[in-house]
Amino acid sequence: MIEFIQGYYAYWAIVILMLIGLYGMLLKRNLVKKLIGMTVLQSSVILLFVASGTKWNGTVPILDVGRSVDDPALYINPLPHTLMLTAIVVGVATLGVAFALLISVYRRYQTLDEKTLLKQMQ
Amino acid sequence: MIEQHLPLLVPITYLFSALVIPLVGLAGRRYAYPVALIASLLATFAAARGLSVALREGAMRYAFGGWAPPIGIEFVLDPLSSCMSVLLTGLTSLVLIHARRPVESEVSGKEIPFYSVTMLLMTGLTGIVLTGDLFNLFVFLEISSLAGYAIIAVGEKPAPVAAFRYLILGTIGATMYLIGLAFLYMLTGSLNMADLASIIPQLPLTPPLVVSFAMMVVGVGLKMALFPMHGWLPDAYTYAPSTSSALLAPLGTKVAAYVLLRVMFFVFQPSFGRDMLPVGDVLTYLAAGGILFGSILAIAQKELKRMLAFSSVSQIAYIALGIGFGSQLALTGAVLHIVNHAFMKAALFLVVGNMRLVVGHSRIDQFDDSLRRLMPWSMAAFTIAALSMVGIPPLAGFFSKWYLVLASIERSAWGIVAIILLTSLLSAVYFFRVLERVYLRPLQAIGGSGFESLARKEVTMSMLVPTLTLSGALFILGVFNTTIVTKVIHAMLPPAL
Amino acid sequence: MLPLLAVMASLAAVPLILLSSRFPNLRETWTISAAVLKFAFVCALVPGALANKSAVISLIDLSPGVSLAFKADPLGVFFATIASGLWIFTSFYSIGYVRGLQEEKQTRYFASFAVCLSATIGIAFSANLLTFLLFYEILTVATYPLVIHKETPIAISAGRKYLAYTLTAGVVLIAATAWTYHVAGRLDFRPGGLLAGSNLGSGEARLLFLLFLAGVGVKAGIMPLHSWLPTAMAAPTPVSALLHAVAVVKSGVFGVIRVVGFVFGPELMHRHGFDSVVMVLAAATIILASLLALTQDNLKRRLAYSTVGHLSYIVLGAALLSPSGFTGGIYHIATHATMKITLFFCAGAIYVQHHKENIGDLNGIAREMPWTMGAFTVGALGLAGIPPINGFFSKWYLGIGALEANEFVALLVFLLSGLLNAAYFFPIVYRAYFRTSEHNNNGHGEASPLMVVPLVCTAILSVVFGLAPNLFFGFFDLAMSITQSVLSGGRI
Repeated sequence: MIEFIQGYYAYWAIVILMLIGLYGMLLKRNLVKKLIGMTVLQSSVILLFVASGTKWNGTVPILDVGRSVDDPALYINPLPHTLMLTAIVVGVATLGVAFALLISVYRRYQTLDEKTLLKQMQ
Repeated sequence: MIEQHLPLLVPITYLFSALVIPLVGLAGRRYAYPVALIASLLATFAAARGLSVALREGAMRYAFGGWAPPIGIEFVLDPLSSCMSVLLTGLTSLVLIHARRPVESEVSGKEIPFYSVTMLLMTGLTGIVLTGDLFNLFVFLEISSLAGYAIIAVGEKPAPVAAFRYLILGTIGATMYLIGLAFLYMLTGSLNMADLASIIPQLPLTPPLVVSFAMMVVGVGLKMALFPMHGWLPDAYTYAPSTSSALLAPLGTKVAAYVLLRVMFFVFQPSFGRDMLPVGDVLTYLAAGGILFGSILAIAQKELKRMLAFSSVSQIAYIALGIGFGSQLALTGAVLHIVNHAFMKAALFLVVGNMRLVVGHSRIDQFDDSLRRLMPWSMAAFTIAALSMVGIPPLAGFFSKWYLVLASIERSAWGIVAIILLTSLLSAVYFFRVLERVYLRPLQAIGGSGFESLARKEVTMSMLVPTLTLSGALFILGVFNTTIVTKVIHAMLPPAL
Repeated sequence: MLPLLAVMASLAAVPLILLSSRFPNLRETWTISAAVLKFAFVCALVPGALANKSAVISLIDLSPGVSLAFKADPLGVFFATIASGLWIFTSFYSIGYVRGLQEEKQTRYFASFAVCLSATIGIAFSANLLTFLLFYEILTVATYPLVIHKETPIAISAGRKYLAYTLTAGVVLIAATAWTYHVAGRLDFRPGGLLAGSNLGSGEARLLFLLFLAGVGVKAGIMPLHSWLPTAMAAPTPVSALLHAVAVVKSGVFGVIRVVGFVFGPELMHRHGFDSVVMVLAAATIILASLLALTQDNLKRRLAYSTVGHLSYIVLGAALLSPSGFTGGIYHIATHATMKITLFFCAGAIYVQHHKENIGDLNGIAREMPWTMGAFTVGALGLAGIPPINGFFSKWYLGIGALEANEFVALLVFLLSGLLNAAYFFPIVYRAYFRTSEHNNNGHGEASPLMVVPLVCTAILSVVFGLAPNLFFGFFDLAMSITQSVLSGGRI
């Protein structure tokens, strides 16, 4: 059991992050806090991908004369990292759109509290 | 020469025009609309060409940058994706022909960003449909979602709030999908759909595989507003500008349904969600709940757009139902309903756009027979689309329900048969509630008199023609449904069911 | 090709009617010519049907393996001849009626009427259940504008009730059709039953039959599914006359015959005891509807309940599954049509000319309207089963059929109902001829010839077909050949 927890400690951290993010998105009343939750959630997924590509004693996949090129165990898989570059861009764009929406919401309702907003919408 | 680039042509056209529109916009706002329209017509042409090639010669693949898959990213033009892209581009063209006046009146001053973002939306939607790579699909999903949030937010006063709620739930959906993808990648080391389809059947049924499948289904379910994850949809469709709802309601959720179909039957083998895991059954139950829930709430709505939105929740669930059953008949029904419902909902939302332009509102309790006097043709189009939604043959709506009923009987799912038929009646209730007011309720405004003095105020031809084309198409889709089913839909279903 | 032409004749007239809405005379010309043309097409099919060579035309597929197909078999031709023939009379009568009352929205009225007739002929010539279903639903929707024609609150609520009943029936029929397709793999009607020989469990067969019965039973007015029909009398009288005495309700009865004879077939009916179920329902409907008719003061509602009763004559005849009973039932479609349409025409003529709807107000009306009331008397006598009017003829065969099937109760029901018919019709005739009105009615007289001539013609037709059942179209031979094909198909 201890081994199970220890062996996957990075993933446990990611799961906790993920839950924090979801909690923020779904249960916080302030819309900006929802966005913070969203960022945490997205980061957790980015970490999940990155963690999956990492390995002990691995290095960046750049040709190094001192290392053997035949052994893939020596190199980190770069694909998850590059995928996550795209995911980060997507996340940033989402955040930008979300902030734009929030500004527009605030201009129209002078509040970012979800409960007050829903009351005003009716 | 151009033939080999066909898979790429549709999204590229949209993307290019999304960039060109702001540039020509510098010369004047009025140039934005024609560029969008021309791009959309070109894309339609390319998509139609693609469909005929795909049906004639089978799947056509396009590897980006010459990197052969599974290392590189590829676009795939198979019958399913080419049919979806024809549907997307064709409906967009019709909606755009209709769009000029409503956009001028509802988002005046913001035409350039509106059309540019609309093109971006279409880039995303067509990209989702055509890509052969699961991560690429995620990126296109987010492109289309972000564009969708934007064109919803420019609507009425509460629109940004609705868009924000959509954004929060949509992002959760996309993130779920991405988590599922992470597990799948860890297990297989591949992101290419065709490659995955050959690897997955050899994998043992381990928890990570199950989690990845479930996460992807849930994530896509959120995007397609599958009950009970539909919370974002009614507000978003209600407060968005007419043109945005006319684009998003028929197309946005359908593309998510396409992703579900793709993941469940093409990436994973069909038996995976059906026999190894009870995902198909769960989907069926959720769909049955959604069909009933959407229809019942649609009856309670006072605003026409909102009623149509809830009816969408119910109709999407029909598609999910077909996917859940996963038999040949059921998938036929599901795909046919994707097409039919897109036409019906587009026609209905266009009529709402016409209404808002002519009488300035779409509140059901204020409808009276001045509407049919003012806009007889729009109302005729509405009536046809409504009858099709109810499922009166030979209109299109009947036949997708027919296949779904056949599929349910095939599975001896009598409860589902009852629900499908009951919902036909419920939709009759909510549509006849509107029709009765439009055709039979005496004019309310000036004490019932003055009906004869009302002059006809029908919308212009540019708006009327797309509306009537869509509702007229319902006859054709209905009468020739067998041709569509045997020639097109059977070609696109997964070979091993 | 002819069946298709017969269906399309009135449908093609719809755009013409709509386009010429500003020119009433031109518009009515379209209606009349469509009616005549349609009748001609149907008549041209009669010899083929008599010679047992059914014209078949199959268009595109509606569902893989099931095509939109028309087949002019004897039963279809029989029904189509009556519906399209009486449409000619109704068209003339309608013109007199709507102009006499200066109704609004006459264009919508005539257009809907034309669609209804197309749907009815479509139902008659449907070669399979899916085509039948398609036209059945079109008929439902196309009748709605006619039911709510007056646009009064009563009419609108009648329309709602009508839709609630018929749309529900429609979806039930969809379920039944889909299930049949699943069981049999085909949907084409065939004498002796398309389900004959399929391995349907008895519980399943029972449920399926109930679904079918509910699906077609609503339009056939089988109790307890009948209550939309008296309510739908809010419609203008020509609508009640043609649709609620001939086309729509007979489509339901026609559906019952199709289900009994061509979907399930005599053998399955017997084996699972469905014939008794239908017989009990039909017999109860006949008696109850006749009793209810006695209590109605509104003339049209009394006629409506009488219609409910007479529709069940046909259903009962079909359920007897004996040669004479089946023949009599089918023949009753024709006889009841000519008699009941006469009665409705009379009720409409009285309403247009004297604005009287209740039986209590009809004292001495025969002096004002001798022709109308003469025709009314013929119809009433016929429905009560007095020779030589054609009602006697069909009832005679129904009675013999009951004896052939050893169903003495059914015979008793026919006889009792004949008495009840007399009980609810003769007071009307008595009032009209032998009572004098307290108010002075003079000055109104007969309705316009456009209305009186058709109703006298249908009354004459009732007598002629009573004397010579095979005149012109060989109706009786048609009915016989249908019965033969169904009953012998069952034995094969």
